[in-house]
Amino acid sequence: MSDRPGFGADRVWQSGSPGLGAPAGTEWEMVVGLEVHAELLTATKLFSASPNAFGGQPNTHIDPVCLGLPGTLPVLNRRAVELAIRVGLALGAEVRPSIFARKNYYYPDMPKNYQISQYDRPINTGGSLELPSGKVVGIVRAHLEEDTGKSTHVGGAGRIDDAAWSLVDYNRAGVPLLEIVSHPDLRSAAEAREYVTELRATLLAVGASDGKMEEGSLRVDANVSVRPRGSAELGTRCEVKNVNSLRSLGRALEHEARRQIDLLSSGQRVAQETRHWNEDTGRTSLLRSKEEATDYRYFPEPDLVPLVPEPALIERIRADLPLLPRQRRHRLAAAAGQSPARVALLVERGQDDLALAAVEAGATPESVLKHLEQHLADGAGALTAAGLAGLIAMEQRGELSSNQSKAVLAEMVRSGGSPSEVAQRAGFEAVAAGELAGVLERIIAEHPAEWQRLCTGDERERKKMQGFFTGQVMRATKGQANGRDVAALLEDRAGTSADSAPG
Amino acid sequence: MAERISRDEVAHVAWLARLQLSAAELERFTPQLGDVLDHAADVAALNLDDVAATSHPYPVTNVLRDDVVGPVLDRDEVLAQAPSSEDGQFRVPPVRGESP
Repeated sequence: MSDRPGFGADRVWQSGSPGLGAPAGTEWEMVVGLEVHAELLTATKLFSASPNAFGGQPNTHIDPVCLGLPGTLPVLNRRAVELAIRVGLALGAEVRPSIFARKNYYYPDMPKNYQISQYDRPINTGGSLELPSGKVVGIVRAHLEEDTGKSTHVGGAGRIDDAAWSLVDYNRAGVPLLEIVSHPDLRSAAEAREYVTELRATLLAVGASDGKMEEGSLRVDANVSVRPRGSAELGTRCEVKNVNSLRSLGRALEHEARRQIDLLSSGQRVAQETRHWNEDTGRTSLLRSKEEATDYRYFPEPDLVPLVPEPALIERIRADLPLLPRQRRHRLAAAAGQSPARVALLVERGQDDLALAAVEAGATPESVLKHLEQHLADGAGALTAAGLAGLIAMEQRGELSSNQSKAVLAEMVRSGGSPSEVAQRAGFEAVAAGELAGVLERIIAEHPAEWQRLCTGDERERKKMQGFFTGQVMRATKGQANGRDVAALLEDRAGTSADSAPG
Repeated sequence: MAERISRDEVAHVAWLARLQLSAAELERFTPQLGDVLDHAADVAALNLDDVAATSHPYPVTNVLRDDVVGPVLDRDEVLAQAPSSEDGQFRVPPVRGESP
């Protein structure tokens, strides 16, 4: 492989060498489906009453059920069910009668030797997530399951494969998880990051999860395959695990897609397997081949009865849902006459209510969006919608220059107040039109040659001299003149001069 | 009639359950498991189109508890009963690979 183009937003991969599998110059696309595990914001675990809390000394949030002690029985957490339904409804899923299942495997972070999960009858099926770009990603399911404990590998330089022994902390064992599985609808690393960002925002909006990837309360596994662009068939996929941040997700997908393209381009095949992302080396490595895939022997969990959410409960939860990020984008977009993608940043920052109120107060939408986007990245502080609308009105009446306007906005963010008060306190008195004309006459008198060039010069010359006179007026008024007023005045005065010039 | 389950399959199932079976035990259990599967096949042969699948025998649904924190176990007492512990954690043999 010689051809390794950079990682652009809309990249096209090409095979650099003719391979047996794909002709040279084949354009590839990646196909990605994500499994997102979100820890639910409950007070207690999914099946027992020990606390669901991050941190704490190891093995201090433990009880007989989450330790899998003999004779204990799980009892389902009502709040976890409600949060799962909230997420399901937010994703437009169908909330259905469901059962729990045992997923059997031996690993020390699961003391029962099985994980209680949902398998063939999950609580939420179907649904979709609309991204800020407008792309709609299909959701397969969102099901409840318990989290595992946390093992630390000791000795053997900390690497899993040659650890001398492992230490296990069961604080996390039994914490409620919602596993949200997408269709393989994502086509780039950027799109995958956008999906996780939007899903996280949705989880936060409905209060289901705190979405902290750095604390592991939001975890992502990626199913990745590649195919020649335009092909309708799916390639053989690999599952990539251990992706712990949005940045890792992007890097891991780029790397894994590249690896698969290199294999296919050189006439080899992609083997279906589970791969481990290593953040330090920037590579994925084989964790389990298909032949080694765990045989989980799912069967219905006999200790838990079916979960059949009452329609009344579902409707109560539906009525209680807040506006979702998608709805907020569409709401502001409609009010501002813009696309949802254009207003996504303000929704992400939580400044859409402010923008909406300013627009409703009569401010020009484009000005509102521009001010918020460009000047309020660090938050709107004490700024009110009325204040912002007032500021924009003052600008449009020519009462503030653009520098003054910026200063007034900054002050309103700091300590509130109305724009006229703030402008007055700062000594920003707009230069009255009559006064401005006087200033200009004086400057013309001082620079007759330049004025002549402005009135009679060619296009380029006129532009240059307009700049000169604008600068002079600004200096004379200490920057308090409004640029647009000066331009209009210059044009007006130059026209008069030309008219009155001797024929 | 071919056996419903092979000796190799029984060995695999035993391994999944971390059971160590001797050659003699494999010989004995293979036909026994085959008998169990024969019985399942008898049930599967019935026309049950009108019968909903049963996951649980009891007509009970929605057994839920409120999300209220209860008592936790005393760590030292628990770890004292573990085969091995270190730094407040369970110490276990090394495991190859990571959790599925």
